[in-house]
Amino acid sequence: MTEPVVRVRGLVRRFTLRGVLNGVDLDIAQGEFVALLGRSGSGKSTLLRALADLDHEASGSGEIVVPRLLSVVFQDARLLPWKRVLDNVTLGLAGPNPRERALAALDEVELAGRAGSWPYELSGGEQQRVALARSLVREPALLLADEPFGALDALTRIRMHALLKRLSEIHNPGVLLVTHDVDEAIALADRVVVLEAGRLIADLRAPRDRVGRVDPAGAASLKRQLLALLGVTDGVATAAV
Amino acid sequence: MNALIGATLESGEEIPGDAVFDTRLLQHVTADVARRGRRLGPGEAVRYGWLLGPFLLILFWSTGSAAGLIDPRVLPAPWTTAATAWELIRDGHLQDNLAVSAVRAAEGFAWGVGAGVLVALISGLSQLGGYVFDGLVQIKRAIPTLALIPLVILWFGIGETMKVTVIAFSVFVPIYIQTHAALRGIDVKYLELAETVGLSRWAFIRDVVLPGALPGFLTGLRFGVLGAWLALVVVEQLNATSGIGYMINLARTYAQSDVILVGLVVYALLGLASNAAVSLAEARLLTWRRTFAQ
Repeated sequence: MTEPVVRVRGLVRRFTLRGVLNGVDLDIAQGEFVALLGRSGSGKSTLLRALADLDHEASGSGEIVVPRLLSVVFQDARLLPWKRVLDNVTLGLAGPNPRERALAALDEVELAGRAGSWPYELSGGEQQRVALARSLVREPALLLADEPFGALDALTRIRMHALLKRLSEIHNPGVLLVTHDVDEAIALADRVVVLEAGRLIADLRAPRDRVGRVDPAGAASLKRQLLALLGVTDGVATAAV
Repeated sequence: MNALIGATLESGEEIPGDAVFDTRLLQHVTADVARRGRRLGPGEAVRYGWLLGPFLLILFWSTGSAAGLIDPRVLPAPWTTAATAWELIRDGHLQDNLAVSAVRAAEGFAWGVGAGVLVALISGLSQLGGYVFDGLVQIKRAIPTLALIPLVILWFGIGETMKVTVIAFSVFVPIYIQTHAALRGIDVKYLELAETVGLSRWAFIRDVVLPGALPGFLTGLRFGVLGAWLALVVVEQLNATSGIGYMINLARTYAQSDVILVGLVVYALLGLASNAAVSLAEARLLTWRRTFAQ
């Protein structure tokens, strides 16, 4: 394994009295796609926000090493409503020819034709594609995505999966995708980690054939395994709340 | 057949039970509702419908005056007022006084907007600035600006400086309050975004804070315009020697109620025109908001 782009050791985060992360260790390799599963309240978003250095309100300890160049995709597209699509993509973009690079990034998400639109003129899925273009145009070494498709309808979500998969292969950042959707995790990730009560309780490799396609038999077994870890068996939640 | 059922429905008669499930009937009813507007809404909108009330008032006023029911010393007839207005325009009185009033209001307005925005920026963008200025403005806000007039007269005399100062204060407060609230109310979501894309402090202010606070500033502008006219009316009653207020005051001395009416109409037109100007500015500056695009 090459030098990891993310290295987390003994990460603890607390909000006032409640412990949210209780000692998390996690490595993500260059170009590796990791899905982070967990029930709501398990600390998934807290871990992502810690990696993105957005958790100023939390106290805690532990070691975090992340690349300087990282991008975040939030659950809401978080486009600035007063900037046209292209200007949203170039926001904070350093380096030469920001407009040309932003247009190329919009082209990758098939929205080059909407560069001059206002965000409100786009559908939810289109807005999220712009957010993806904004994240990838800076060629990050790490892409953090916090349930980026949670607010989209099922059909749009499937198309976004394919898009994210393709673009993450082209740009090859390390990816940490926070999700509560087991199928989404299996379809996209090289590795699936499960967070429960502030600790990683599983680290499983997604079954792939030689060309990277999901192996159906392995996927079904992994899905059963993950659902059991998340406290769901035969579609019934067994864990007491 | 369809038309028949529609007619039956409209006349309010009972319809046979199985007709309710006729899809053609359902379609017909739907089309009807869409054309007429909402059944439980206030009714169909008509273009320029808002002119009905003013029209009725003028009709009532004209009829009353023509029938001799309204004493012309209390309220002169519309045509007398119109003739007076024409007279005042022809001898240049109205324009001269209007120009004086407009310059006065514009000067006070410009100072008020400038100072309001400046202080709001200082106090909205820095914590220290907020501690220095915000408490002061909140205290000032508790005192009606017009209550400051005696003090302002002692400081600046009863000349033009006093008048402009009072108008500027009336504009300053709403501009400051709205702009400051908007600057401080920037959604933390956008702050997070700015941090993750690595915006510098200056770029954050330029690309996120200022455009995000623009709607608040424009709301302040709306209140500020109102404040300017209100203050103008009051200060022009105070020992003025020119201006619309002076014209009205003088007319009161000579019991010329028609001249007073002309002055009031001018105030109304000024208020409406400046409000329309703010609306135009909003439509131009806030094209990114859905509400103005439709």
